[in-house]
Amino acid sequence: MNERISRIDRLTTPITEAGQCLLFLLRMLAGVRFGGQQILAVLQQVYLIGARSLVIIMICGFFVGMVLSLQAINALEQFGASDQVSLLVGKSLFRELGPVLTALLFAGRAGTSITAEIGLMKATNQLEAMELMAIDPVQRIALPRFVAGVVSVPLLAGMFSAMAIMGSVVFAIGVMGLDAGIFWSKLQTGVYFQKDFVGGMWKSLVFGGTVSLIAVYFGYSAKPTGAGVGTATTNTVVLSSVLILIFDFIMTSFLT
Amino acid sequence: MRANYKVEFASGVFLLLGIAALVWLATRATDYGQDIGKETYTISARFANVGDLRNRAPVKIGGVTIGLVESIALDPVSFEAVVRMSVASRFDEIPSDTGASVLTSGVLGDRYIGLEPGGAPDMLADGDEIFITQSAIVLEQVISKYMFNTGTGGDKE
Repeated sequence: MNERISRIDRLTTPITEAGQCLLFLLRMLAGVRFGGQQILAVLQQVYLIGARSLVIIMICGFFVGMVLSLQAINALEQFGASDQVSLLVGKSLFRELGPVLTALLFAGRAGTSITAEIGLMKATNQLEAMELMAIDPVQRIALPRFVAGVVSVPLLAGMFSAMAIMGSVVFAIGVMGLDAGIFWSKLQTGVYFQKDFVGGMWKSLVFGGTVSLIAVYFGYSAKPTGAGVGTATTNTVVLSSVLILIFDFIMTSFLT
Repeated sequence: MRANYKVEFASGVFLLLGIAALVWLATRATDYGQDIGKETYTISARFANVGDLRNRAPVKIGGVTIGLVESIALDPVSFEAVVRMSVASRFDEIPSDTGASVLTSGVLGDRYIGLEPGGAPDMLADGDEIFITQSAIVLEQVISKYMFNTGTGGDKE
């Protein structure tokens, strides 16, 4: 009998978790007030998780742009089409690499720190203390981090793509000696604002929400022990990475 | 509250930087702002075959872009492709006997519509149709005509 219950439990646990996650999201959103205090808290979190991820995002973007154009030039040269390199770099960046890589980096850089921070707050009974003072920790602690994540990820994705275009300029024009005019005009005629750029922005908005929700939820539901916080942090990275790639496929098939 | 001020300043800088990056990307690296201006008028033309002409393909006179292809539809009765183009209002003195042809930039380049101005005294206005049209040259058909050259006395040997 016991064995049976545990088997059913194991089957329903993920569904229960998803439900709890949704309820958690609703509980957070119920606390949105648009007040000065809340905006200040969000700004502080934007600094902690957005602005401080900037350097890693920009360095990664720059090198992704360089390696993309290196690979593209190698392949396109065989058809005498190395002029098309900026089109390939631009399209793949805006549609896929910008949003996805930024979200993955964000999960590793900021998602983990959110989970660990909230988990540690729970382990040291800070959240309980807040509840005793009639302050809802979901709205006070989780909400600003979630909103800051949703705001930051599209901006970070924009900076990632901008740096990648820069990297591509440096490599394709500076090193390989392609023509700068053709490089920019291919981008301006071949990359579509509505389809490629706005579509990519929607993607990174969804990714930002996913990663931030997972990070705050896992931190909040972590076992209040050292090992529990560690597991929660690992789970944040694993689940957000998997979900980013799954959502990416789903959104790509609907957007285009 | 010195430290707090610094944090707010840094996050403000971050937000501005992010928005600046987005605007830069949108204007420099996409076709945003590559439009022909807000004030346009629409003309249409019928072609037997438009090849792989696409929406937003340029409309050119003498190689200079003056408009964009707005829509391509098939007339269900005559089975002709009806191409609607929006042309910048600056170029409102296009003669009514202007010819339109579907051309290709380079051998394998994109399709565009080239207008060949005529000499009629009256001008094309909004909603008018161009009657002198020339369809796209489909490369495969040209090659097959050349390779299987029949009926023109081409067998010299």
